[in-house]
This record gives sequence, C-alpha cells and structure tokens, in this order.
Amino acid sequence: MVLALVEIGEAGVQASSLEALTLARDVAGSLGVPVEAVVVTSDDGTDDDAGTRGDMSTVDAELRAYGVQRYHRMTHPLLVDYSPECWGEAVAQLIRQLAPPAVIAPGSDRGNEIMAQAAARADLPLAANCTTVDAGADGSGWQLTRLRSGGMLLEDAQITAPTRLVTVATGAVEPAPGPAPAAADSVTFTPDFGESFVHSRLTERAQRSAGVTLAGARVVVSGGRGVGSADGFAPLEELAKLTGGAVGCSRVATNNGWRPHTDQVGQTGTKVNPDLYIACGISGATQHWVGCMGAKAILAINTDPEAPLVTRATYAVIGDVGEVLPAVVDEIRRRAATA
Amino acid sequence: MKRVPASGGAPQLSADGRDVDTRHLAFTVSPHEECAIEEAVSLVADLGGSVTVLTAGPAEADEQLRYAISMGADHGVLVDTGPDEIDPQATAAAITEATRALEAEAGPFDLILFGNESPDAGNYQVGVRVACALNRPMVTGVKGIELDLEAGRAALRRHVPTGVEVYDAPLPAAVAVKEGLNLPRYPSMRGRLRARKAEFAVLEAAPEPGGLRKIRLRLPEEKRSETVLLGQGAAAAPAVVDLLEELEIV
Ligand SMILES: Cc1cc2nc3c(=O)[nH]c(=O)nc-3n(C[C@H](O)[C@H](O)[C@H](O)COP(=O)(O)OP(=O)(O)OC[C@H]3O[C@@H](n4cnc5c(N)ncnc54)[C@H](O)[C@@H]3O)c2cc1C
Repeated sequence: MVLALVEIGEAGVQASSLEALTLARDVAGSLGVPVEAVVVTSDDGTDDDAGTRGDMSTVDAELRAYGVQRYHRMTHPLLVDYSPECWGEAVAQLIRQLAPPAVIAPGSDRGNEIMAQAAARADLPLAANCTTVDAGADGSGWQLTRLRSGGMLLEDAQITAPTRLVTVATGAVEPAPGPAPAAADSVTFTPDFGESFVHSRLTERAQRSAGVTLAGARVVVSGGRGVGSADGFAPLEELAKLTGGAVGCSRVATNNGWRPHTDQVGQTGTKVNPDLYIACGISGATQHWVGCMGAKAILAINTDPEAPLVTRATYAVIGDVGEVLPAVVDEIRRRAATA
Repeated sequence: MKRVPASGGAPQLSADGRDVDTRHLAFTVSPHEECAIEEAVSLVADLGGSVTVLTAGPAEADEQLRYAISMGADHGVLVDTGPDEIDPQATAAAITEATRALEAEAGPFDLILFGNESPDAGNYQVGVRVACALNRPMVTGVKGIELDLEAGRAALRRHVPTGVEVYDAPLPAAVAVKEGLNLPRYPSMRGRLRARKAEFAVLEAAPEPGGLRKIRLRLPEEKRSETVLLGQGAAAAPAVVDLLEELEIV
C-alpha cells in the first residue's frame, strides 16, 4: 500500500492534499497496490470524540472519491494541538507499523515539516517538493523530479530506501478523483510517546484578520526598486484599492524598509497566483519571478524594455512608474464618474 | 549557514548537467540564514553569551563565514565536506557530529538557528534532522524569537495560512527561521576588518551518503509569451484600463 498524508481544513481535504492523493494513487497503481491515507486534521474543525477534528463524513467521501480504501486516524492527547515533533513521531511510528513503499505528502509548510520530522525519526530519505515520481519496474531505485531554486531548476534524482518519503510541490499535480471503493475503512492509530518525549507546545493562535491576503488576491499590485521610496507606494495602494487587490513588493523594497516582509513576493517571500500581477519597477530576477510566475497574466511597468520581467510579461508599459500609475488611477476614476 | 549562488539571472548548467555552472557566479549567505545570524548577534547583544556560526560545505565557504563574522558573530566553524554537494541526510550527519564535538568542549548551545530551507537545494529537512539527532525541540518557519534564559524557555512565532502560531519550547532548542524575522544589518567597517583577520576551526567530514541521489539538473520548459506592448508612459493609461475592464477587474 502507498500511504498519503492528508491535511484537513475547515472545508474538508485541503487542495494540496488532493494533489498528494492523486500522485499517491498513480504510484500505487504502477506498483499494483492500494492507496491508504493518514489523516492529519487542522485545528479549525470541530472536536469529535476520537480527538480528531474536522467533519469526518465529508472527509470520508472525499477520500473515497480519490480511491482511498482505508485511512488511519491518528489520535492521542499530544496530537490535539499541532506539535511538529509529536506529529512527526506519530507518522514515523505508523511507517514502522505499516512499512509502506512510499509516503506521499503535500508540499505545504506543514507537510514539509511533518515529513522532515518523520524522516529524521525513521531514518529515511525525504525528497521535498517533487513534481513526478516514477516507481520503476524493479521497485528499488525510484526516479523522481523535484524543484530546486524555487522552481527555476528541476532535479532528477534517485531515491533508494525501504520507505520513500516524498512531498508534492504545490500545483505540480492536477488533482483527479479516481475509481472509488464502495466504502473506506477508517482505523484509529494511537502512537506511543514515552514520558520524556521532548517537544514544543503550541501556546497561542491568532486568526488572521479578514481582508484580501497576498496569497489569495485576484490582483496583486507589486513594486520594486523602481518605485523609489516608501511614499512611492501610494499610487500602488490606490490601484490595489480600486481593483480589490493586494500590494506586493520585491526584496529590494523590503530590504530598504519601504514595505513589511509580509508583502514580499518571491522565493523567500510569498508565492502568488492572481488573475493579474502588476509589476511596477521590478526587474524580474529569478528569485522574484518564481513568486509571480503562477499569475494568469502579468503586466509589467518598467522604464527598461529589456528587463526580464518585461520580456516575460503578458503585457507591458514602457515608462516611469511614477507617471504611469497616477495616470491609470485617474483614468479609472474618470471612467467611473462618467459611467 | 550555507554558501549559495547569488545569481539573479537564469541559472546556467555545467556541461554534464550535474551542477550549476559556478564559474561566473557570485556566492552569498542564504537570506533566511542571514536573518538567523542577525538574530543570534542581537540576542547575544541583549542577553550575553557568544555566537558561533557553522557551515558545512566546500573550503570556499570561508568567504561566507567571514561575512557572518563581519556581522558580529564571534566564532566560525567550517565543516569541510569537499567540493561536491552532498545529500540532506549526509549534511545533517556532518553538522550533528560537528555540533556534538563543539558541545563536548563548551556545553550545549542554548539555541541552534537554521535557515528554513536553502535557496538552491530546497530540501526542507537538514535542521530538523540535526535537531532530532540532538534530541532538541524544533519549530520551522519561525519569524519571531523571544528567549527567557531564567525560565529556560523560548517563545517561537510563525505565520501559517490561518494566522499566527506561537510555540513554547524548553532550552536548549533549535529553530528554522525565515526571512522577515528581522532586517539583517550591513557589516560595519570594524566588523569587516575583524573578519579579514578571523581564524576558523576547520573540521573534515566524509559522512555516509543517504538515500537521495542527484542524477542531473534541468531547466524547466519556459512558457514563451509574446509581450503585448500597451504603450509608453502616461499615454498608456487608457489601454491599461481597457485591459482591466476586459479582465473584469474594474
Ligand atoms: C537566495 C535569494 C533569494 C531571494 N528572494 C527574493 C524574493 O523572495 N523576492 C524578490 O523580489 N527578490 C528576491 N531576491 C532578490 C532578487 O535577486 C533581486 O535582487 C530583487 O528581486 C530585485 O528587486 P527589484 O526588481 O525591485 O530591483 P532591481 O533588480 O534593481 O530592478 C529595478 C527595476 O526597476 C526599473 N526601474 C527603475 N526606475 C524605474 C521607474 N522610475 N519606473 C519604472 N521602472 C523603473 C529598472 O529598469 C529595473 O528593471 C533573492 C535573492 C537571493 C540571492
């Protein structure tokens, strides 16, 4: 059996976990074995008697739709609040019990964290952020492809171990339901933690305030060195307000203290996938590009027609952002007034 | 802390495709790790103690160690793993062994800071493996650290998709930090002079390879797009707003 690690949010199985389930089913199919899941619940759902959370009836149906025949619900008082060490140790213990050929998890922050913990505790290799896994005919040296440099490079690698641990790069696999078994078996798994188990404890959780977030925005108006100063972001703020979007920025803007780091788009910032990304005075260095390349369309505003972001963009305006943006804001206002 | 390419352009591959062509590259400290060094230096400035910076990598990584010293770190340790990239299990083993050796002499480090992931290999696991081997608590993705030495505890804050989480961990502990934790300082002239003269402990390491072996690197296929030019300067505004209307954004 191939084991998929599944994260559950308020709305059921999370999108990145559907990707992991899809890849797990492909790998299981090529090995001729079933897919099973281990359920990692988020802390937002409702409590139920087993100490697992989330609405398990929708989860059950979703898992079945993705071909899962059996899933393991991890329960233990130390798992009620998220703890990287306890969750990782629990997965490591389940691996020891089931000895699956592979465990496939979402490449979310939490997925990567739990799998790193499990890999360390079970002394197994982990390939993070994979796009493909080829289980091979001989079942020994599996080949896989993973992202490097935030996705600017691909690495073909071989993974050799009794259990191969893999996380799936977000967006790399198209989630696809598969032949559903009549019913999915659910079994509980209770890990055994010793008295002296060292771990960190979650002590505080603050919900994000409502509003458009960078990661979820339909439009991102982003500024770089070409914006010139913190004040130079005023027309970007205005355009974001008029378009219901969020303001982003390049690392130069954060390093200069013009914007908080939470606004940074890129490899060490946030990855965005809006319908439109408006890049103002940003050159398009690879580390920035990997953060915005998921946008459906990109509009670059830049004085340099040869800037990498201009040549890669869907649309471009050649000019000074300090002149172009106020004119765009005026034009939107003028049309709204005469509409 | 890891020596990584500083390239802003598209990476070039070596002739055999096994590595990035580094002949014309500058190298740097990973941004996450620059924040780790900054945090360590400012924690020590507030609470006392000293900062040791360790890198596992090629001998040339002494350049990045010097940078760390110029930022205010007290000691540098180079774990020489040779010119070729080694896998994450082997990297963690080399760092664990070196840390044990250092701690055997001077006692445990109260806090070990890692970058969340390296910008080139992006394995997301070296710090976690080291922390597990040393039996320390470990939280990744951290963007805020408060130490209470008297109570022997750390409060570790991080951003998650739903908001903010704070963890409490007993010391000694380990964390993997992300950019945004702080704004790293520019090295002072005095720091740079000190770094030039600094001497490092050098440890040799040849750890057993783990189960993940790199075969080759490839460039992903590029989506080619013909850029549609909407115009020049302020005169392009109507065309931009036409586009926003077409995309049903305004
Ligand atoms: C490991 C690593 C990780 C990194 N992570 C990130 C990351 O997450 N995000 C990120 O953004 N960067 C990241 N960087 C930095 C990245 O390499 C670039 O340095 C950065 O993106 C450049 O920002 P910029 O485009 O604003 O500035 P520049 O590259 O200086 O470009 C400024 C652009 O503005 C244009 N311009 C100037 N004046 C005007 C004007 N008046 N009107 C219009 N256009 C104008 C110029 O023609 C130029 O194209 C990382 C770097 C490293 C080494």
